[in-house]
Amino acid sequence: MTRLTVPKTYKLYIGGAFPRSESGRTYAVITPKGGFLANAAKASRKDARDAVVAARAAQPTWASATAYNRGQVLYRIAELLEGRRAQFVAEIAESEGVTAAAAGAQVDAAIDLWVWYAGWADKYAQVAGNGNPVSGPYFNISVPDAMGVVASIAPQERTGVSLLGLAAVVAPAVLSGNTVVVVANEQSPLSAISLSEVLATSDVPGGVINILTGSPAEIAPWLASHADVNALDLAGAGTIGDGSAWIDLQIAAAETLTRVLPPVIGAPAPSLERITAFVETKTIWHTKAMA
Amino acid sequence: MSFLEYAPAPESTSILNLRKSYGLFIDGDFVDGRGESFPSINPATEKPIAEIAGANEVDVDRAVTAARRAYDSTWSRMSGSDRGKYLFRIARLIQERSRELAVAESLDNGKPIRETRDVDIPLVAAWFFYYAGWADKLEYAGLGASPRALGVAAQVIPWNFPLLMLAWKIAPALAAGNTVVLKPADTTPLTALLFAEICQQAELPAGVVNIIPGMGSTGQALVNHHDVNAVAFTGSTPVGRAIARSTAGSGKKLTLELGGKGANIVFDDAAMDQAIEGIVSGIFFNQGHVCCAGSRLLVQENVHDEVVDRLKYRLSTLRLGDPLDKNTDIGAINSAGQLERIRTMSEIGESEGAERWSPACEIPENGFWFAPTIFTNVSTSHRIVREEIFGPVLSVLTFRTPAEAVAKANNTPFGLSAGIWTEKASRMLALADQLRAGVVWANTFNKFDPASPFGGYKESGYGREGGRHGLSAYLQGSGWEAPAAPEAASTRSARKGRKAVAK
Repeated sequence: MTRLTVPKTYKLYIGGAFPRSESGRTYAVITPKGGFLANAAKASRKDARDAVVAARAAQPTWASATAYNRGQVLYRIAELLEGRRAQFVAEIAESEGVTAAAAGAQVDAAIDLWVWYAGWADKYAQVAGNGNPVSGPYFNISVPDAMGVVASIAPQERTGVSLLGLAAVVAPAVLSGNTVVVVANEQSPLSAISLSEVLATSDVPGGVINILTGSPAEIAPWLASHADVNALDLAGAGTIGDGSAWIDLQIAAAETLTRVLPPVIGAPAPSLERITAFVETKTIWHTKAMA
Repeated sequence: MSFLEYAPAPESTSILNLRKSYGLFIDGDFVDGRGESFPSINPATEKPIAEIAGANEVDVDRAVTAARRAYDSTWSRMSGSDRGKYLFRIARLIQERSRELAVAESLDNGKPIRETRDVDIPLVAAWFFYYAGWADKLEYAGLGASPRALGVAAQVIPWNFPLLMLAWKIAPALAAGNTVVLKPADTTPLTALLFAEICQQAELPAGVVNIIPGMGSTGQALVNHHDVNAVAFTGSTPVGRAIARSTAGSGKKLTLELGGKGANIVFDDAAMDQAIEGIVSGIFFNQGHVCCAGSRLLVQENVHDEVVDRLKYRLSTLRLGDPLDKNTDIGAINSAGQLERIRTMSEIGESEGAERWSPACEIPENGFWFAPTIFTNVSTSHRIVREEIFGPVLSVLTFRTPAEAVAKANNTPFGLSAGIWTEKASRMLALADQLRAGVVWANTFNKFDPASPFGGYKESGYGREGGRHGLSAYLQGSGWEAPAAPEAASTRSARKGRKAVAK
């Protein structure tokens, strides 16, 4: 006799908790062949705003953690992902409709990406900042500083990015002390929600990474125009609408001079530029005097 | 005769050899403008200095075409060391003509000769000298292994530091290998046109630098021109916002240096003599026409009365008057429009219940003048505390704890500058960490240097000018800011050698 399985209810991840959408809405997650996988929460404007509130609340504490500490927290995500590798491979193979080998390669790449970015946490400031030889008796140093709250649209391609793409936009933003609200891959959101289960049991403080599932076309405009969002990563926004809808998001972001990173194709490759895209350069002067 | 009464010591204008009228500087020559010409006014006397040609859309297109041609045929093919040599030449010519430039700047802008002579023009020369050296060392700037220029840069600058802002824009752009079209502010085009002469004297290849004076519509046409690759703007936050909107999706690399409402934080243990001088230079330097001005004074509560009293005494010793007089501390407000803005905001300050104080000082009959002004009894909700005034108006607030100082300092949509005055180094460093501002001056204020990155958080804009960081605004690909956007197909065909899509 076969055992009746217990399907999981997939919810949002906001402020370290797993709420349903306040709107009560869900949408069916379908395999490429048309099979029903699950109902995912369909985040609303209110959910997006709640997520920004949670991200803002968590940001100062996260940014004030030592860089060594943030690096270890990110590394621990990789450790936990490794332990649940089989689950992610199965989930991705099923929802993206790819082979187990392809899914495995994506999970491995995601794990390695967390490790790569974890190592940058206590180094990027040495590369992005510098002392400045000004003409006068002054100590002068430029240091990078987290921008604050970053809202991201994860890559939306049908295959190859549902976990890797999410990691590739979240990791470089949070390592410097930003907190993130990310809209997951719309068609394959399950691994993102499973990742949030990893995050909830790792050392990432609640609110540092907030994951919304649903329609980027619907949620992104609220995030783009949100006055308490400091930067907007439109990595996956190039697939919204006719492909140029992201320009409207950039226009909305201009209202509060929100920094905007334009769309990319696929999962963005790990790079120092993705780290420095979400930091401000702060320059500090101090007088020098013997007396 | 009090110790404050000096005989006038005006700098002579005989060093100037101004023309009656100036054309646009396009493709190496002064040419007639198709837009409406306008007079540049001396704000201290309201007398016209010279008639300035205005650029219309056709002129903008001509200038961009010239810059593109110069980029394709000359500048992008030149070695970095030769580009650097041209910039060194320009730096030297500026040093040689510094007195003349200082007088012209004071005449056109209204700022005291003491400031143009000792601050503006020396920094202009330093800026070109600094970036000249980068031109053949770009691969060492930490901005990628083989950094490449963007192409044509559209640059729009304000009236508060006319020639200095020109230097901040043109020096890094040329060093990085771009050609430029620059629009100076309509009230202060004079030194930009003298700079055009300097480009001629330096034998800079035609079209590498193009200067097109005009009104806001000229700037609008320039930044929205389809064939510019970079846009750099310094000015007000509303205009910056409009540029961010209009360039969205265009793939143009954008840097914005916008407004500010800097907090100058004074602790009770501060070296008080220096702090008072720092407060004064923080807000009354350049008539307060400084985006990074320390316009909000945050004083620890127990020393509030002492600081305000000493500040009032110090202000009563400032000399307001002829910008060309070497004794002058406070010059003229740049324009009638700006004077009106400062007056209106100050009246709003009074009507909202703040207490207004200015020293007794004689205001010249002609010209645009505003006496240094302090507002006390101010609350954080007052408009004079929240909005940029861009004039010699200081609001004084108090705090009790360092945490309260940080909270109040950061309570603004801007994030350009902040000052800290304390003798306790550990407290200074902890505060500097928490202030959301691009430049933090500790026990000093309003210091600038070409090696030191400058620029804001939040609504003070994005990108940095100065230092290694300042190069990234004018280089492709690897940068401290966002990688270039995918090119919008409608705006231009793929140019040779340019990547179609960001990675």
